[in-house]
Amino acid sequence: MSKIKVVHYINQFFAGIGGEEFADHKPEIRDGAVGPGMALTGAFGDKAEIIKTVVCGDSYFNENLADAKKAIIDMVRSANPDIFIAGPAFNAGRYGVACGTICEAVKQELNIPVITGMFVENPGAEMFRDKLYIIATKDSAAGMRDAVPAVAALAIKLVNKEPVGASIEEGYLPNNTRVNFFEKERGSKRAVDMLLKKMAGKPFVTEYPMPDFDRVEPNHAVKDIKSATIAIVTSGGIVPKGNPDRIESSSASKYGEYDITGVNDLTDATYETAHGGYDPVYANADADRVLPVDVMRDFEREGIIGKLHNKFYTTVGNGTSTKSSKQFATEYAQKLKNDNVQAVILTST
Amino acid sequence: MVKEIERAGIPVVHVCTVTPISMTVGANRIVPAIAIPHPLGNPSLTPADEKQLRRKILTTALDALSTEVDGQTIFEVK
Repeated sequence: MSKIKVVHYINQFFAGIGGEEFADHKPEIRDGAVGPGMALTGAFGDKAEIIKTVVCGDSYFNENLADAKKAIIDMVRSANPDIFIAGPAFNAGRYGVACGTICEAVKQELNIPVITGMFVENPGAEMFRDKLYIIATKDSAAGMRDAVPAVAALAIKLVNKEPVGASIEEGYLPNNTRVNFFEKERGSKRAVDMLLKKMAGKPFVTEYPMPDFDRVEPNHAVKDIKSATIAIVTSGGIVPKGNPDRIESSSASKYGEYDITGVNDLTDATYETAHGGYDPVYANADADRVLPVDVMRDFEREGIIGKLHNKFYTTVGNGTSTKSSKQFATEYAQKLKNDNVQAVILTST
Repeated sequence: MVKEIERAGIPVVHVCTVTPISMTVGANRIVPAIAIPHPLGNPSLTPADEKQLRRKILTTALDALSTEVDGQTIFEVK
């Protein structure tokens, strides 16, 4: 039997081209396996082989969606593979969205099976989990060793059109499709086991999770913006020069609150970014590009808004858990409320 | 973060480049930005033009805050 032909998609970082400063890298195709493709090759054994690897920068992909999709689909088409694999992207947001987007496009255009992998909190997971098989991974590349065998095993099954088991068996993120299988123990025993664990305060996994529709209804519009106090908040990591509170460049454990009374313009001498997930050159040169204090002050002076709130709140969105972000924002939203702020402009990189 | 601010009762507009992420996260008022490393700027413009661009995006953001919305809405910068 001939080997299954695989085309693998990775970003500029995993291809060894470089970090954020190379995130604008345009799509290219290389022969054979590159970076994490080597581990996949090992897991495939003699069953499958990566014939080509497509590499594309995360920023390039997300900022040039139509062009990037078209270029990459043409590359994949010319290689004529049996399956397309992207990532895994772990908790890298733009990479995850790129992997999901390109997998969906390849599936639609070329009608071949596709797989990717990511951490459950990656925004790409929520966007694509009901459209694609996404192998559940840890939140960093340290999870490569667990992810690779699951990706390889499912890839071979999909190409050979073997039945795919439930998410819990195959390791993909639940995709709202129910697959029947036989449990080893009967329901009454499993229920009592779960109850005993719960009573003992031990962790247990429900077999019937409630759907999580966490949506918030929009608030009413600001009636009179000309008299409103408006605050600016960012996940782009803008901090006073020197990062006095040492907000981490990724997986932030805190947010900053800084007074901008009398500040009319952010300059390279006074502000910078602490964010480690995008090329910091532009924000360090002029932080108004992320936290627009200069124009908000103009608005204030011209009477377009009532007042720019004298404090801004900031954190680094890079790899920061949903739980931490929620906790930060719950805290500072209350402060904004107490300070009678009427509206917020939140900027993200 | 955008949801927690909204939940606290303060109208909020999310200015960001990758709007599908903002939709997934659950922002209600969304304004598309320029690029990931410089959402409210463009280093290839002159400083004056760049500030004008930032002003345009923020004017759209203020319009978004002044507009009643029924669900998630993207306000394109004019």
